[in-house]
Amino acid sequence: MSDLFERAFEMNRRNFIKASIASSALFMTVKSYAMGKTPPKGRVVVVGGGYAGTTAAKYIRMWSMGGIEVVVVEPSSQFVSCPMSNLVLGGSKSIHDLTFGYDLVKKNHGLTWVQDGVVAVNTHDKKVIMQRGELSYDRLIIASGIDFIYDDLPMLAGADAQQKVPHAWKAGWQTVNLRQQLEAMADGGVFVMHIPKLPYRCPPGPYERVCQVASYFKVYKPKSKIIVLDANAEIVSKKGLFAKAWSTQYAGMIDYRPNSAIEKLDLASKTIHTEFEQVTADVLNVIPPQRAGKPAQIADLLEEDYPWCEVDFLTYESKRARDVHVIGDSVASGLPKSAHMATSQARVCASAIVELMQGRLPDPAPVFANTCYSFVNDKEAMHVANVYRYDAAKKIMVSADGGGVSLAPSEKEGSYAAAWANNIWSDVLT
Amino acid sequence: MNPFIIRLILISSVAAPVLGIAAEDIVTSAHPAHIPTLAASCSACHGTLGNAVKSGSVVDATPLAGESDVYLEQRLLDFRAGTRESTVMHHHAKGLTPEEIHQLALFFSRQEPEVRVAPTPQKLKAVNHE
Ligand SMILES: Cc1cc2nc3c(=O)[nH]c(=O)nc-3n(C[C@H](O)[C@H](O)[C@H](O)COP(=O)(O)OP(=O)(O)OC[C@H]3O[C@@H](n4cnc5c(N)ncnc54)[C@H](O)[C@@H]3O)c2cc1C
Repeated sequence: MSDLFERAFEMNRRNFIKASIASSALFMTVKSYAMGKTPPKGRVVVVGGGYAGTTAAKYIRMWSMGGIEVVVVEPSSQFVSCPMSNLVLGGSKSIHDLTFGYDLVKKNHGLTWVQDGVVAVNTHDKKVIMQRGELSYDRLIIASGIDFIYDDLPMLAGADAQQKVPHAWKAGWQTVNLRQQLEAMADGGVFVMHIPKLPYRCPPGPYERVCQVASYFKVYKPKSKIIVLDANAEIVSKKGLFAKAWSTQYAGMIDYRPNSAIEKLDLASKTIHTEFEQVTADVLNVIPPQRAGKPAQIADLLEEDYPWCEVDFLTYESKRARDVHVIGDSVASGLPKSAHMATSQARVCASAIVELMQGRLPDPAPVFANTCYSFVNDKEAMHVANVYRYDAAKKIMVSADGGGVSLAPSEKEGSYAAAWANNIWSDVLT
Repeated sequence: MNPFIIRLILISSVAAPVLGIAAEDIVTSAHPAHIPTLAASCSACHGTLGNAVKSGSVVDATPLAGESDVYLEQRLLDFRAGTRESTVMHHHAKGLTPEEIHQLALFFSRQEPEVRVAPTPQKLKAVNHE
């Protein structure tokens, strides 16, 4: 999915000048909508219809009683959930179980929807430029997730390379490809996964992936091995729980190697070189290092020395551009980048925008929750859960007392994790 | 122009460590958007406005919309005190102030219960953006 997006992005850039001529036609085809009787109090443009962007769009419409016009710009016609996508690798889910349309959320909340990619943002004139048109905004929300950094892995930047060594870190066809490679691998083969240094999307995600691949191997390819090359010094999330699951449920199968940053990769032989050793894989999954998504980059919202976006945590307004808000994985928050977190930030941002656009001040002390489940096999899951509160002195969201993880994975939590998915999908997409 | 009065957040110790502020040390924000926004954060498990999706699975998240406020408040206080067993709810309840718990219970009790469904999954397109 991502390489297609990347190609589309480049194409969009090239076609931009040509396409913007046709921009005036856009508004004739886009249905405008107002739930309230009063005319819109302004327009918010949301870039990215993922977890964060779609949630912000819906809640701005709800909380402004339809008074604020919301336009979402999203290149994909479908929403594919990263949460639960590791289960596709384990075999208990199909990618088609995690793929949804946008029809209900559009219709139920009167969202104006533009299926297009953003190619430029003019924060001075308050305009968003897409391949097939442009939009002016009163406030802009950038919710375009993550982008991969290939500076140190140039051999992996292309679509062909990713066909061979998928990241599968944006759910879609790469996830399916990785599953197919695991299915095609002979029993006794070696699956190697590389984890980048924090911060990256979904801290427990790679370790959950290890569990899922192991649960598949355990039944179908018990002679196979998993080597985890982690650039971090240790398991960065739910450490004790993952370590225990690996040693009890998958004894002898998983070889975890910390401080193992990738230095070189030979694509033809699927060999990774680290500082200490070289490791050859039958199936290789490299999760590249990450930064805020392309639209945030082109709007110049990233910090100079840190590839994420600093914001005011009361409004999620960028520290670098007025009336431009950033939510979701792109934010430099110091908190785990999760879907629940992305939607929690989206609602605080939506609430602040509704207040600001009606001439009021936003909540000076927002509070929100994050629950993140990981499946250790096809049925059992475990959680990390926290409440985050605004710290007025430090001007950041900090973890409140009482947060923590499961005592042990369980089937009960597996059911709750499935309920979490159904409810967050329903909240975001209907 | 600005109708609300803020009981501004008051963290007892400015030097509180980044990890962990005790809910006792905090004065709850009285901004009118505070509770609706906090309540919306519960929707990841409990559905929009507390209307949890019925999945048909053995264990479902509790619907909160239209529940008795007394019941909801007591449940949350019990989770907070650790006197009622839970998987995740004690982590959440402990991070909230008693005032937030009271207001959240009221908020959910006032929501109209409605049937919410999970969106229907569909086949991933060969090129999932046109
Ligand atoms: C394997 C895996 C498992 C995970 N499991 C969990 C889990 O169990 N629980 C959990 O809470 N989180 C989980 N996560 C993390 C979660 O997926 C992310 O935190 C979440 O998707 C972040 O939301 P977002 O809106 O910031 O980004 P996204 O959801 O990625 O949305 C970004 C959107 O921006 C769009 N976009 C990109 N470029 C442009 C452009 N130029 N113009 C317009 N739009 C554009 C994209 O098409 C996309 O729709 C997991 C992640 C992975 C990879």
